Amino acid sequence: MSSKPDPFDEMFGRGDTPRDPYVNYCNWFEGEDTRRLKRKAKDAEHAFRRTGITFNVYGREEANERLIPFDIVPHILSAREWQTLSEGIEQRVRALNAFLHDIYHRQEILRAGRVPREMISENVAYLPEMIGVEPPGSIYTHIVGTDIVRTGENEFFVLEDNARTPSGVSYMLENRETMFEMFPDLFIKNKVRPVSTYPKRLRRSLEACAPPACTGRPVIAVLTPGIHNSAYFEHSFLADEMGAELVEGHDLRVVDGRVAMRTTQGYTPVDVLYRRVDDDFLDPLNFNPESVLGVPGILDIYRAGGITIANAPGTGIADDKAIYSYMPDIVEFYTGEKAKLPNVPTWRCSEPDSLAYVLDNLPDLVVKEVHGSGGYGMLVGPAATKKDIADFRKKLQAKPDGYIAQPTLSLSTVPIFTSKGLAPRHVDLRPFVLVSPKGVDITPGGLTRVALKKGSLVVNSSQGGGTKDTWVLES
Amino acid sequence: MMLGKTAGGLFWMCRYLERSANNARLIEAGSRMTMTRAAEEHAEWDSVLETANVKRIYSERHETVDRNSVIDFLLRDRSNPSSVMSVVEAARFNARMVRVALTREVWEAVNDTWMKLKDALARPVKETDLPDVLELIRQQSAQVRGALHGTMLRNDIFNFCRIGTFLERSDNVARILDVKYYVLLPSVSMVGTTIDNYQWEAILRSAAAERSFAWLNKESGPRAIAEFLILDRRLPRSIAFCYLNLARNLGYLETEYGEARPCMELCAETLNRLTSTDIETIFQGGLHEFIQSILQANNSLGLQIEKDYRFYA
Repeated sequence: MSSKPDPFDEMFGRGDTPRDPYVNYCNWFEGEDTRRLKRKAKDAEHAFRRTGITFNVYGREEANERLIPFDIVPHILSAREWQTLSEGIEQRVRALNAFLHDIYHRQEILRAGRVPREMISENVAYLPEMIGVEPPGSIYTHIVGTDIVRTGENEFFVLEDNARTPSGVSYMLENRETMFEMFPDLFIKNKVRPVSTYPKRLRRSLEACAPPACTGRPVIAVLTPGIHNSAYFEHSFLADEMGAELVEGHDLRVVDGRVAMRTTQGYTPVDVLYRRVDDDFLDPLNFNPESVLGVPGILDIYRAGGITIANAPGTGIADDKAIYSYMPDIVEFYTGEKAKLPNVPTWRCSEPDSLAYVLDNLPDLVVKEVHGSGGYGMLVGPAATKKDIADFRKKLQAKPDGYIAQPTLSLSTVPIFTSKGLAPRHVDLRPFVLVSPKGVDITPGGLTRVALKKGSLVVNSSQGGGTKDTWVLES
Repeated sequence: MMLGKTAGGLFWMCRYLERSANNARLIEAGSRMTMTRAAEEHAEWDSVLETANVKRIYSERHETVDRNSVIDFLLRDRSNPSSVMSVVEAARFNARMVRVALTREVWEAVNDTWMKLKDALARPVKETDLPDVLELIRQQSAQVRGALHGTMLRNDIFNFCRIGTFLERSDNVARILDVKYYVLLPSVSMVGTTIDNYQWEAILRSAAAERSFAWLNKESGPRAIAEFLILDRRLPRSIAFCYLNLARNLGYLETEYGEARPCMELCAETLNRLTSTDIETIFQGGLHEFIQSILQANNSLGLQIEKDYRFYA
């Protein structure tokens, strides 16, 4: 085992004095009574339970509504850091949209040989039904959650492009509300850019993507798989904040060439459907015939310009982990510029040389399923037992093209508040990006996920991660 | 405009919440009754089960009817879809479903009710804790009601809430009378025993009407009690009051949507029967028959509202 340097701490850097963005906060923290803070941390938990901000964990009968633990120490970014990030994210998201439009139309990037044809044609996330379809406003990824990790003062990487149905934005909003309630004084000392405008921005962005059939102010609805879905709270929260209807598949049907919702006064057409249902379940006539979550025939209406589906069907191909490794090429191909934000180096296990390297270095690598998400089905080499590694080796050898591997990055840390005071924990950051014909709109901040266990790199809420409020300072 | 599903969710959320408090009152009345009349215990709990409309499910699960089993069944048993725990869970489920239509205050009040009762009913309730638990159930129901009245817009959302509440309440009062009608019948009351007095008091107590009845200074007796619970428009739990409010809220919906619906006619019919009669006529025609017809009217009205406003299809 190679000994690694300590990870970069965003509050203290590699020394013991606070970095610039944290100076104000640290001064405030010094002056606070620890017992008061402990009480506040408890209050926060109670507040979350009272408001019902919970998520459901699949496969747990008892207590299936859990809270995502909230930590009271914010993750703070300077205006300059945010500038770097948002420029890089905007470039990347524009490239993603151009890529999607291309692979469902002329496929220039395949002809140019920059992405191998089989990466697309043999990918389950690629929907042939979308070939030649022009989505309203030519937008595929209306809402993106770009996962960012950091390893040093100026070293940011994109870990994942969540371009299907990224979740977590309700936590970004509620975390800030909770901080306002608990520590109003902090926001007088620190000028933090607001996030509370997100629902209005989302509404505006979706309205700007209304389909040709829309007349008047667009009717927007959020499509949820239902009350038992792990993100149901978020679905209802967003519908509520946007002033949109929250619908399930059985509330919708095709009526007179439009997708309409059943109201107390009969069926009313929906113009823009912000769907939080996966492609496969969207339309039992066109995709999975077993699905009861979708709307039979919606894809045909979509193709005829009768409704906007956000995000567009078939966008999943763009956040596929195998495609991810080509993102630097994709950005360059469509924008003519080098990617401003680098990828994490990635080995495609489908390539024999890479596979050999990965098999030789399993204890040092993170290996992920190409189609996996939520931190399931992955191997974190340094944290794994010999048996875990041996088991994983077999899976990998049996189906190498199902996996990619990445080095275990020394993720940055931000302290959390524990009973023994501040303690550094690994974080990542998911800013939320809205895309419409009017442009790319990134709400300053995002969802900071934090691994609560010492040394752990897994920040997923389904596996014991927590969240923090994320501050972008005005200056 | 509102989703049909949402209208249904609001309606049921309020029905279930109303039912939880009614259950608490039934238990309290039954409890009191058996404390004072130990000999009648079995019969009394039996009639409580019947009033709650759960006698069949109870007897499928229990051999005997006794205080502890009945109270536990009515408070905590999840196999009883009308137990307090079941209805509070169902109310919260519906509230989550219609979260978009509720103010934060209402949602939090419902959620708080669920959290508190889940704790209070986690284990069988001890005899000594029963009064506190029943009190908590009533208080929580008042808290939700307060939030509804204090923060909700007066629009179709509110109307569906009110319709659910009054339909459930009308059903509850009718059921109390249905099970106890025999003590209100003239032939029995003429006996004038003390048993009847206890019974009358229990009836009033189950409908949370014992104090208001006393204030009215009426001569206590079966006719006066029946009249009070069925026809008195001042009593917020009387069947007439419920129907007045059902008609009012269905009327608001018609105005808001600009369209008449069949459920309004059904409602008006029953309301008319309640306002154009008096207690003498009801007794002459048979109290039992009258109550039965109200129960039936409640049922048909509920089904028609569900259809007219597209709760499910």
